[in-house]
Amino acid sequence: MASLDDLKKRIASVKSTQKITKAMKMVAAAKLRRAQESAEKGRPYSEKMNNVILNLSNGISDKENAPKLLSGTGQEKTHLCVVMTSDRGLCGGFNSNIIKKAKSYFSKISDEGKELKIITVGSKGNDQLKRVYGDKIIENISFKDSKNANYFDADKVGKMVIEKFEAGEFDVCTIFYNQFKNVITQIPQAQQIIPLNNEGEDSSSEESYEFEPDEDEILSNLLPKNISTQIFKAMLENSASEQGSRMSAMDNATRNAGEMVDKLTIEYNRSRQAAITKELIEIISGAESL
Amino acid sequence: MSEEFKVEIVNPEKSFLVKDDVSEVVVPAFEGEMGILKDHISIISFLKPGIIKILSKSGDENYYVEDGIVEFKNNNLSILTSTIFNLADMDKSKQQDLLKKAEEEANKTDINDQSKYLADQKVEVLKTLN
Repeated sequence: MASLDDLKKRIASVKSTQKITKAMKMVAAAKLRRAQESAEKGRPYSEKMNNVILNLSNGISDKENAPKLLSGTGQEKTHLCVVMTSDRGLCGGFNSNIIKKAKSYFSKISDEGKELKIITVGSKGNDQLKRVYGDKIIENISFKDSKNANYFDADKVGKMVIEKFEAGEFDVCTIFYNQFKNVITQIPQAQQIIPLNNEGEDSSSEESYEFEPDEDEILSNLLPKNISTQIFKAMLENSASEQGSRMSAMDNATRNAGEMVDKLTIEYNRSRQAAITKELIEIISGAESL
Repeated sequence: MSEEFKVEIVNPEKSFLVKDDVSEVVVPAFEGEMGILKDHISIISFLKPGIIKILSKSGDENYYVEDGIVEFKNNNLSILTSTIFNLADMDKSKQQDLLKKAEEEANKTDINDQSKYLADQKVEVLKTLN
């Protein structure tokens, strides 16, 4: 059995850990509210953008000559995966969930004999992936400096993806992120952004639009913007998810630390009592023998 | 019959402006300025750098935009843009900042004609604001 001194030290250390996790939970809760708000505020933009593109792509007459960003390059040889994770740890299964999702996709791709390229956004994802897929990672981006997800950062990633697409470096692009459902549930998502996947979405409006300039030109201008928008949406969802995940993880940690303190305190009291009893017995038996 | 319609300006971060008593909006569409009144035909177009003028009963407003898309449908005008500033809030230093950035961009040699054209537009518009 551990000595009294050891127990005392352990209780103190668990208590100070508890203080840290409690503080982190509070911070995450405050940040969560902000992140959630901006995720909600950002939704109209991406929804509207999606709508416009849907209307446009339905109106396009010449499917063969449609922009490549919409219809694809016609082959699926090289896949680019943009894996979006956080820059900071201590957020429960947040990063592992994305990585797990991404890895299963990676192995599917390699089984099919296709080429794989990876861009990691956020340093945690890079840390976890570089051991196995180090040679596949072509870029690693991290926005440690920017406090909140902003469009400017997303645009940078978007422009890079488009540049690589135009250089013919890949045929299909998928982004991985966590969709924020609520504080305890985040759903890892794989979303294909190039070529644009409109399946399952039915535009109900058959209304005809007037286009100025013509559809093709608008589309070719709009599609790159849409890439950035989708990435930005993913970033917003991700940051809300990260804070939510961190909050529940830290909540659990705080509770566990509390339980541990209780258990250790009982053990401490018991061994203190045992030591006292032992001493008493020694004294009494010593007195009796006289 | 009222001659008013609804306008909504959205940027990636939030819904920037919603107004439903607008009588006319002038947007810097790609092929020239375009005035939109009530019952305009459904239209999709995109913007070049310029000034959006919103005329309404409660007063006129001017916004500077660098890019964007306009969609008009059923008397709902949606403007999606990534960079927008209310001219009323724009002070000299802000304007100089933007102008400097635009000029830098316009002076780059490794950009294609279209981005060059857009950057030139930005410079031009920002200069006229003085």
